[in-house]
Amino acid sequence: MTIQFNDETFRDDYSFHNSDWAIKRFPFPFHEDSYMYAVNMEQHRGGPEGSVYEKRFDVDEHYVSEMRDRAMVLADDPLRCQSLPHMTLAGWDLLELIMVSKSEDYPDLFELHRDGDTWRWVNKPLGIDDTFTFLDDTTLPYGPMEYITRQTQGDFCVLDQRDGNLWMDAGMVTTQADWSLDFDIGMNFFEWHAPVPLAHEKGIFVRALKFLLNIQQGAPARRLNWTMTVNPLLDTSPENYHKWGIQKTTLTPENIGAKQHLRVELQTFFRLPRSNGLVFPIRCYLCSFQDLMTMPKWGRRLHRVVRDLPVELATYKGFIDNRPMMLDYLSQFDDGLPTSPGVWPDLETEPPLSR
Amino acid sequence: MSKFEFPPSIKSRPVYGTLEARQGKAHLMIADAEGAEAILRIATPDLMAKTHIIYIPRGAGFADQLRALNPAQFYEGPSYAASVQRIRRVLQDAHMGLQVYLTGTEGLMGQAQNEAMQAGIPHTAIQTEHRGSVARRMQCVHCKGITEDVETDPFQCSHCGLNLFVRDHYSRRLAAYQGVCIDAEDPGNVPAPKGIYE
Repeated sequence: MTIQFNDETFRDDYSFHNSDWAIKRFPFPFHEDSYMYAVNMEQHRGGPEGSVYEKRFDVDEHYVSEMRDRAMVLADDPLRCQSLPHMTLAGWDLLELIMVSKSEDYPDLFELHRDGDTWRWVNKPLGIDDTFTFLDDTTLPYGPMEYITRQTQGDFCVLDQRDGNLWMDAGMVTTQADWSLDFDIGMNFFEWHAPVPLAHEKGIFVRALKFLLNIQQGAPARRLNWTMTVNPLLDTSPENYHKWGIQKTTLTPENIGAKQHLRVELQTFFRLPRSNGLVFPIRCYLCSFQDLMTMPKWGRRLHRVVRDLPVELATYKGFIDNRPMMLDYLSQFDDGLPTSPGVWPDLETEPPLSR
Repeated sequence: MSKFEFPPSIKSRPVYGTLEARQGKAHLMIADAEGAEAILRIATPDLMAKTHIIYIPRGAGFADQLRALNPAQFYEGPSYAASVQRIRRVLQDAHMGLQVYLTGTEGLMGQAQNEAMQAGIPHTAIQTEHRGSVARRMQCVHCKGITEDVETDPFQCSHCGLNLFVRDHYSRRLAAYQGVCIDAEDPGNVPAPKGIYE
């Protein structure tokens, strides 16, 4: 299908909205009625047609507006995109991976024409038609990582692999769940995850690192993570927390359905061929509570997950103060009926709300 | 002086050890204030004959005792900022096998470690021993300004004025802890400051 790109904002008047198509394909992250950390990895080799898992780098109706928002964030704070000196080759690896994937997966939107080292890249939605020399930094307007990630939805962490660890040595991070690339750049896997509660004790990071160190070329992996965001704000950065934190206090029982968003990250992991680095795209999807409630199964399940989440996690994810109001709202959509296993909405088979 | 036992913390927070004399034909010891005591404890004439000491007293009276150790080179600097060019020059000349010893405040050890890392020495090969003040070097995540010797939490950023919660999250590259606005969701509701480890 040809995607109709929304003209919308992720700040100020928050005109962001999901179409019925976007709601139906939203990556609802809960496969059962409760949640606890897990190394929930699976292969990233496609998925059901139309789902966010189908393509290597999903492009959706928010693409053009998200890229506009990214450019605004970078204009305000260039430190959101950084690459340590030894990571330039990995940046070229990433550029190649994205250009090849997008031109193969979305031939109506993106074209890549390669003649030896002379490459021509056509990005129709953003109106870009550039010719450059592969592996020659001087032929692009930005470094290779910045160039391609200004044209690709999601944050990107480019990780160096050495000493049996992964190092956050480059990244483009403008749609983050409250962490700072500028602060964390140069840290290893355990250090940048240090503030996460409970998961270290459960051995999650040791197992996850083992898995990630062994990801092979051509065999990417993926997992979901989630949090909560008031208003469809992509840039929930610590840098700007003193500006957006107050928005959490604007929820009322009347506006919570529209303002409270479930924020889901589709995290994928690709081995990079020349640098042996690992790229870790973190793609953010937002969906308002009221849109989620149009899927009866998701309504029942979200209530149960939020209700039963350990206090530490609700605190870490930043919604402990708003949890009572969220539960007042969500409980209206939980009639106590059982839910089918798995993340899919199962709209045809799940019963409508019975009250 | 007894050493302060830092409480267990998260994995990005540095852990310091106890200096021990290692084998090597060249030794670089960088210390501030009470860090001098750690050097005095391990010093031997043989070791000192191959050691360059860079010491920033910060009001502590150990310079004469260190000088009396007869190190191969001794420099007394008025501040870290005044000393850092010299530290870079020394590291630039360093040969494989240089032993690096850092001792004193976290700010001193963190910044000097960063210089050594930039010179190609892995941070795991550098010895550290905390002595003296437990104050922290802290970066405000909002304005990026770094404040030295932060002793209380919360703390008002000396650059932008925001009231900051002093986290245990630590960046080796910045040699700083992270400060994050504490009253963003309830402006003006700032707890009374107390010592970081109280």
